Amino acid sequence: MATTGEPAAVPSTGTPAPATTEDATATTGSGRLGPPPWLALVFLLPALLFLGAYMLYPILFSIYRSLWDALGTQFVGVQNYVELFSNPSTFIALRNNVIWVVVAPIVVTIAGLIFAVLTERIRWATAFKVVVFMPMAISFLASGVIFRLVYEQDPERGLANAVITTVQDTFAPSAAYPDARPRPDAPLAEAEGGGFEVEGEVAPGDTVLIPLVGVQSDELPDDAETAVAAEGADGTVTGTVWLDFTRGGGGEEGAIDGSEEGLPGLEVQAVSGGEVAATTLTAPDGTFAFEDLGDGSYTLRLAPANFTEPYNGVTWLGPTLITPAIIGAYLWVWAGFAMVLIAAGLAGIPRDALEAARVDGATEWQVFRRVTVPLLSPVLMVVFVTLMIYVLKIFDLVFIIAPGSVQRDANVLAVEMWRVSFGGGNDQGLGSALAVFLLLLVVPAMIFQIRRFRRENS
Amino acid sequence: MPESTWRGRGALAVAAAGALLATACSPGAGPGGGGGELSGVELLVAAKWTGVEQENFEEVLAAFEQETGATVSYESTGEDTGAYLGPKIEADEPPDIAILPQPGLVQEYAEQGALVPLEGDAATALDENYTDYWRELGSVEGEPYGILLKAAHKSIIWYRPDSFEEAGVEPPATWDDLTGQTATTLSDAGITPFSMCGASGWTLTDWFENVYLSEAGPEKYDQLVAHEIPWTDESVAATLETLAEVWGEEDLLNGGTDGAVQTDFPTCVTDVYGQESAAMVFEADFVAASAQEAGATVGEDALAFPFPAVGEEAPVVVGGDIAVGMSENEGVQELLAYLASPEAQTTWAGLGGYLSANSAVEPEAYSDDFTQQLASTIQEAGDNVRYDLSDQVPSQFGATEGRGMWSILQDFLRDPSDPEAAAEELEAAASDS
Repeated sequence: MATTGEPAAVPSTGTPAPATTEDATATTGSGRLGPPPWLALVFLLPALLFLGAYMLYPILFSIYRSLWDALGTQFVGVQNYVELFSNPSTFIALRNNVIWVVVAPIVVTIAGLIFAVLTERIRWATAFKVVVFMPMAISFLASGVIFRLVYEQDPERGLANAVITTVQDTFAPSAAYPDARPRPDAPLAEAEGGGFEVEGEVAPGDTVLIPLVGVQSDELPDDAETAVAAEGADGTVTGTVWLDFTRGGGGEEGAIDGSEEGLPGLEVQAVSGGEVAATTLTAPDGTFAFEDLGDGSYTLRLAPANFTEPYNGVTWLGPTLITPAIIGAYLWVWAGFAMVLIAAGLAGIPRDALEAARVDGATEWQVFRRVTVPLLSPVLMVVFVTLMIYVLKIFDLVFIIAPGSVQRDANVLAVEMWRVSFGGGNDQGLGSALAVFLLLLVVPAMIFQIRRFRRENS
Repeated sequence: MPESTWRGRGALAVAAAGALLATACSPGAGPGGGGGELSGVELLVAAKWTGVEQENFEEVLAAFEQETGATVSYESTGEDTGAYLGPKIEADEPPDIAILPQPGLVQEYAEQGALVPLEGDAATALDENYTDYWRELGSVEGEPYGILLKAAHKSIIWYRPDSFEEAGVEPPATWDDLTGQTATTLSDAGITPFSMCGASGWTLTDWFENVYLSEAGPEKYDQLVAHEIPWTDESVAATLETLAEVWGEEDLLNGGTDGAVQTDFPTCVTDVYGQESAAMVFEADFVAASAQEAGATVGEDALAFPFPAVGEEAPVVVGGDIAVGMSENEGVQELLAYLASPEAQTTWAGLGGYLSANSAVEPEAYSDDFTQQLASTIQEAGDNVRYDLSDQVPSQFGATEGRGMWSILQDFLRDPSDPEAAAEELEAAASDS
């Protein structure tokens, strides 16, 4: 200290002089050496004007406007605020905003923390960070459009469901005839536990016709052939399962007409006394035969496995999942932001603290939990609060991702505010009340943030 | 390619029409009078049209410019005309003429004093060319303000002829045929009959309007528009019940109920003509544009049949854009008179993508058979034509995402088991707005 202090002594001798003159001006009020106070005001004026015109005036005008009716001609007092809190759609918006504020910042901060800590350890950290940060460069609107497609129900369009159904289909392949159903007047009934049962009982020697419809002829398996009526045989139950629909219409219902095709590979069961006595598959022409059935009577059943509906994925854009789904999109966009800030904080952590902990025998998890996170907490707090403020005003993602039919379920205050004032409601009084309400919600987070900055600077 | 030939033909038509106007109409009761009368006058017209629609409209405006010497510029309002005009009116800087997508807005702005009533030639042109119903539609308290400039025919169901052929069905004439015969046969053939556009709430209101108009009749329809009968009237529940015959049958809807509620407007058209995963989609004539984008040729593999009769007569519901004057500047009334004239609308009809409600526009003016047919159904239906209900009620109730009719009908599509409850919700929302 002493050696570094020496050279600094020369300039420091100069400092008391202005200090004394300042004292002098403070007491006498004249003979000041520095610029006069009005000059400061002149320099501040542009900023003040700007703040006044673009911040203060709109806030004050919004408050004023919120006390007037839709047309702005009649003073209604706090009526707009009363309506705001008695309106069910505001209530849904408020509820969703609470979910957003609680869930989104936590999830994003945690994801950012995980990415930041992990990227410290991997070799391609920069490349990884670039990839994670990239969504930040895309506008919210474009991200919304992307995720609207990702969450699409149809697995052929929606990425999320494409992944889920692919995994599902690998473990449980879907049935060949999910849409097939009996011809309406055919003697078939839905069986307990799925599938269809032929009404009445059969005995060896009988022949049955089982007409199904609801399958497009283009979708039949390649080996399907024109259906033929099975020939009866002694001691054997025979029959035909076929697509009882003639392409182009016509054809007699319940009878095998010229061009109608058999349904191959369909599992037919002979049931006796509730037990499956025998199982067989239909041939390419739709015929089947149970040869070694003992005497007695049987019920024929088309096994439920033939008709299992293919798993259609998750209804992301339905009323229940819409908010979590949009929070997922938000995570995709903001994880990079959180990661970069936290990584910067991480770089500032004294290495010796971590080393000391490791020398003392702490496991990696303990180091992370007891040393890294506490040392990072100021940064985490900044990220968290910043996200909270951003989340309160979430608009674009909700507006774009939620289809019209679930807009109400996905509603948040900012969207509600826009909708009420411009998007059909045309009630700028109520809209202003919502804006004021939103402002009040942001204020605590802002105060908290400003205090933090002050404390850090002092 | 086809577009460029269209434009070529359009330019010819405009030139021809322009010449016609210049020679034939200048001395008579034609709009404006002689050429150059309004030279130096600048007018601003705002509408939501973009792309080809905008180009065609500008060609129609160009003929007016040529004739009068005025300069007319066009500004697009974007999809939400109300959101565009609101602040402009507040700032006292409205465009000279605006094309409003809903009569509800005409009423709203007229009450605010933002509109200028039609006068002189413009009022005469409205009287001469439009039926009473259309005149009243653009009037507020007896004062005429608006001209229904561009109509959309909302009573047609689009289908894919090859799927109908495969199932061996014909376009149905009645609702019972549609649900009982056409839809079930298609379904038996393994073809999903309907592609629904449930995520776009306005398509559901169009379903409702068509069934209601046909089932309850035009009189009740008008009463419901004016809210003279409550939505709890049994006719409303009856219509909802009829709708449930389609909406409630998961097998008849593309993607089941979930798919029906989540699919938005142009996607449901692509499902029929692009993916070919359904046979029919119900919406207005403007489906043609989306069908073309999906790769179908309108008139060949994209056809439409009239919305079948539920009650005694098949409904004809028309939507459309209404031109209003918003300033007292010189030339505004002249331009409105020109727009209301059969000359302007005939020119436009020749350009394509346009349907007129003007009784003086001959069906032959349209460039294709399909539009000719649509135009003649509107004229034949005469006094029984009705304007889109949801656009006549306050937009809060009839035209807002996540609110009123849109969301209640979406809920009803999701679960059509209780028509009475839905009717009660509609009544509550209607009295609230």
